[in-house]
Amino acid sequence: MSVPLVTLLGRVTLAFLEAIGSVSAFALQAIRCALQPPWYRKQIVHQIMEIGYYSLPVVGLTAIFTGMVLALQSYTGFARFSAESAIPNVVVVSLTRELGPVLAALMVAGRVGAAMAAEIGTMRVTEQIDALTTLSTNPYKYLVVPRLIAAVITLPILVLLADIIGVLGGFLVGVYKLDFNDAAYLRNTLDFLQFQDVFSGLVKAAVFGFLIALMGCYHGYTSKGGAQGVGMATTSAVVSASMLILTFNYFITEAFFAL
Amino acid sequence: MAPSKISLCGVTKSFGSKQVLRGIDLEVAMGESMVVIGGSGTGKSVLLKCILGLMQPDDGSIKVDGVETVDLGDHGRSQVMRKFGMLFQGGALFDSLRVWENVAFGPIQSDGMPPAKARDVAIAKLGNVGLGPEIGELFPAELSGGMQKRVALARAIAREPEIIFFDEPTTGLDPIMADVINDLIVKCVSDLGATAVSITHDMASARKIGHRIGMLHEGRLVWQGPVADIDRSGNAYVDQFIRGRAEGPIQMQVRKL
Repeated sequence: MSVPLVTLLGRVTLAFLEAIGSVSAFALQAIRCALQPPWYRKQIVHQIMEIGYYSLPVVGLTAIFTGMVLALQSYTGFARFSAESAIPNVVVVSLTRELGPVLAALMVAGRVGAAMAAEIGTMRVTEQIDALTTLSTNPYKYLVVPRLIAAVITLPILVLLADIIGVLGGFLVGVYKLDFNDAAYLRNTLDFLQFQDVFSGLVKAAVFGFLIALMGCYHGYTSKGGAQGVGMATTSAVVSASMLILTFNYFITEAFFAL
Repeated sequence: MAPSKISLCGVTKSFGSKQVLRGIDLEVAMGESMVVIGGSGTGKSVLLKCILGLMQPDDGSIKVDGVETVDLGDHGRSQVMRKFGMLFQGGALFDSLRVWENVAFGPIQSDGMPPAKARDVAIAKLGNVGLGPEIGELFPAELSGGMQKRVALARAIAREPEIIFFDEPTTGLDPIMADVINDLIVKCVSDLGATAVSITHDMASARKIGHRIGMLHEGRLVWQGPVADIDRSGNAYVDQFIRGRAEGPIQMQVRKL
């Protein structure tokens, strides 16, 4: 009984290590290509629009409601200890350090990571990637690098906007529902906010952007079969990107704020 | 005899325990049109992808113009690719680009041709395959299968390659459109003076576009010879294949219901 269990455990471990090796090799090849010309500027701009501009509504909505709920929940908790004045501080620090980058990245992973995997996966199964190679165009440079660069540039901008919109959400609930003085709310928000709070969130956003694009491109590029393979690639891209975002979030937080 | 343009020696390729190519030796002379025939799953596409560098053979040598291409680096591969044009079985046109942008892709992205000039080249190439300039503004999804094949052919010849590969060029087309594509292939290859390697299981196509035919079976070239000799090859595999008989040395793996 124990031997099959060990065998199974061994197979799972080997498959996991193989996957890590495969993703790492893909990432290194992509980074190597990103450092050498040619750079397809038109593709980069197109991806910046796809990842950044078109994700703005969903990220904005997520941020404003997160900020509003955060203010409301903090109030119900802090009122027990007469600590209501800490609400602006809690809202801004929670948003800039954690909720802004993590929620924005998860939203973008769902929207953009899936689209990348589906588009590149379809190109793979219809031989369009092979066609690129036969036209002397490196598929990494043409397909993968523009998406990686665009995601690393746009995610911090999206997160910065999400921070601002989220704080605005908290402000609206604080002032119009919880009867805070508007000037006092803003002063509390700004007084307690430190550069490192925002900076750590932006660093997280850049890393998350890289992970989202990497997972979308990797699963699309390595997809096999027909429609079923592309479907599996899409699911894997979103799930793996989400797991990596949550995992890396812990390690980056520890690097910035560990005692 | 013309010098060898493509030369394969002992090429093998396996996927796991399945050995697809079992030592392929093949010479294609400059300006020659070689057609490889064989049933589905005999390794025709894998052979083509190995020559193109889209797959790495496990063993053996593949030379183009006398230069070894196995294990080439990025730069060397890019140089060799410049000699190639390829017509894919499904066309493999880029969905997000207009027809003229598909045809002009190689000249613009790889050769650095200005887009306005590349557009003129694309329109001219579309004309070569019997398509008007108005087709250039459409997207691939708006075209019929036959028109997509023609656009793919225009893209394959846009950079005036020295070697053109055709992967099942007539699959999925009606017999008349298949013959139109065959005629276009013969004309384009002849106009360019290119060397051609085609894989197909359409014998009408093989007879029309090829100078020489090779029969691939279970990863081995079991017969090679001029097109004129195909009907008197004396090879049981070739005879069964070109006559389309179920009985013979080639056994189809059909599971009983």
